[in-house]
Amino acid sequence: MSHHDTVLDSEILVIGYKESGQKVAENLSVSLKPGEFVSLLGPNGVGKSTLIRTLAGIDEPLGGRVFLKGEPLSDLTPRERSRRISVVLTDSLPGAMLSVYGLIALGRHPYTGLMGGLAKDDKERIDWAIEAMGIQDLAIRRFGEISDGERQKALIARALAQEADVLLLDEPTAFVDLPRRVEIVNVLRELAYSQGLAVMASSHDLELSLSFSDKLWLMDFEGTLTTGVPEDLVLQGSVARLFQGESFGWDAESGGFRVHKTPARFARVSGGGEACYWARQALERVGFGLRDDDEVALEATVSSDANGVPLYQAIIGDRSKTFTNLGDLLAWIGRMDGAVSGHRPKYD
Amino acid sequence: MDRSRIVFSFICLIVLGTVAFLAGICLGSVNIPPFEVIKSLFGSDDAGTLQSAIVLEFRLPRTVTSAFAGASLAAAGLMMQTVFRNPLADPFVLGVNSGASLGVAIALLVLGPGGIVLASQTPLTGSLLVVVAATIGAGASLGLILILSRRVDVTSLLILGLMISYGVSSIVSILIYYSMADRLQVFFNWSFGNFGAVTLGQLGLFIPIVILGLIGAILLVKRLDAFLLGERYAKSLGVGVEGSRLAILGCASLLAGVVTGFCGPIGFIGIAAPHLCRYLFKTSEHHVLVPASILMGALVGLTSDILARAPGLEGTLPLNSVTALIGVPVIIAALLKQKSYQRLFGG
Repeated sequence: MSHHDTVLDSEILVIGYKESGQKVAENLSVSLKPGEFVSLLGPNGVGKSTLIRTLAGIDEPLGGRVFLKGEPLSDLTPRERSRRISVVLTDSLPGAMLSVYGLIALGRHPYTGLMGGLAKDDKERIDWAIEAMGIQDLAIRRFGEISDGERQKALIARALAQEADVLLLDEPTAFVDLPRRVEIVNVLRELAYSQGLAVMASSHDLELSLSFSDKLWLMDFEGTLTTGVPEDLVLQGSVARLFQGESFGWDAESGGFRVHKTPARFARVSGGGEACYWARQALERVGFGLRDDDEVALEATVSSDANGVPLYQAIIGDRSKTFTNLGDLLAWIGRMDGAVSGHRPKYD
Repeated sequence: MDRSRIVFSFICLIVLGTVAFLAGICLGSVNIPPFEVIKSLFGSDDAGTLQSAIVLEFRLPRTVTSAFAGASLAAAGLMMQTVFRNPLADPFVLGVNSGASLGVAIALLVLGPGGIVLASQTPLTGSLLVVVAATIGAGASLGLILILSRRVDVTSLLILGLMISYGVSSIVSILIYYSMADRLQVFFNWSFGNFGAVTLGQLGLFIPIVILGLIGAILLVKRLDAFLLGERYAKSLGVGVEGSRLAILGCASLLAGVVTGFCGPIGFIGIAAPHLCRYLFKTSEHHVLVPASILMGALVGLTSDILARAPGLEGTLPLNSVTALIGVPVIIAALLKQKSYQRLFGG
């Protein structure tokens, strides 16, 4: 096994609960390189958190070993380990009286003396971490009174203050609004690149992970871990396989989730540009299958007027009408349906 | 990090503590003017001998005991609250109280009537027999808890502590049920709590043990800070979680055990004093909270003792009722202000 350019790796790792001896997943071989941003994806309950804790040395593996730059994690003292691996967990934290600065300062624990006093370089590193996460305004606030997104940033700053080579995060974007999610993932990736940090974060955010990660680790209920560059995993069908058996699926062509539903009728949409893309989305959403031949109930043509405003021409049977927005188009289809079947359509 | 607030609060605590200390010596069934007290303390010859005797033999040991006992209970309570991540954790939740009660109950209600009397000459409430029995009882239940603490997580441990308390209390009830009235009176007197039972001679044992425990608490501040984030984060910060938990609980047990042994079971100081400090200092960092709780505990102990002596009234109040009447509103206010204790502590 080669360790020369990896900072953290594992061989035939078995993870699970030590007390009950219950295995969660086995035969896990992973590796993290410096400067790499990796996303760990998988449904709830496959053991993502357990894997993170095991790689961080918080939980002991049931079998196999974790290596830190080639050295078995179990050979390191707790203090040495804590200087090299930092974590952001989902564990709840005391809010009311802990200041954000105090929280981040706890990251210096592996470096401070008996009484935990902060030296000059400790304070410099804390300030750096605060700045890296852009939370200068939060430092004097209480942890309990800031928003979820701000908490995650504070927790990441705490981990950064720990000055480790590896940063492992358990769902750092859970409960965070979308712009903040993008911001956090982007900051993590930038930190990986600029600091040479190896960053691995579990996530439920497939689209964000696909577009930001250097690598994906996909974990499924069989306990298998598939790793690779996101685009390769999409093309190999690994991403779609992760969500097999659900009532919805992941469509590699569109890069998004689709609900499995056999369409009762079909539409043909012609035209181009983003208006055409969203017209297809809208028709699929209300139950049309899309095809390109003539066996269709609806024919739609997307064009635009002289000012670039999209025009949607729809043909059902011998009736034809042109609309300037999709809402009107869907309402018209609904009225046509009502005229045929005699009851009110549901998607007006 | 409001330094001026912290400095100001510490000064307030020290000033109030000193005032309470002097008041504790001055006030009582006989009120002695502060000036006379100082003369007695520093051995001036013209001080009235009766007054000197009251000050040196009774008031001084009692006041010193209440300060040290309050400080111990507060430090022990703070440590337990942090380790258990539960604002209602205090030494007694883990069975120190009931273990000590069992020890005393066995000594007074079983050994006593059985003819095994170790110190029959002195009033039993002040005797070393009770101290030894209570300390052994507290130590035994804490030993059990510490052994269990290596096997289960903190929440289970808290529940186990409560269960042990219930079980032990039931045994005490059985002993009480089959005991004679005069013996019961002695037992109940102990169970009301009393700072006045420690003699000047016993202080020579009591104070060094308390100081040892308080030094331990101060040396544990860094580990206590790590425990704020929970055991997993503590582990990721390089803290040996099991060893630290053992050290913290051991230190808290020593402090609570020795106080219970000498003064009887005294509730609520261990919960109320750390809470008051969190609000006064607006922090949860232990390099502030440990010394602050020690001072606050001493202040609450001194104040409770003064109130229990009910200056100006005939007779005294049971100490346990006084500490409860001080502690309960503090806890209710803390919970109402935070709406949920999880916001106070996480977990």
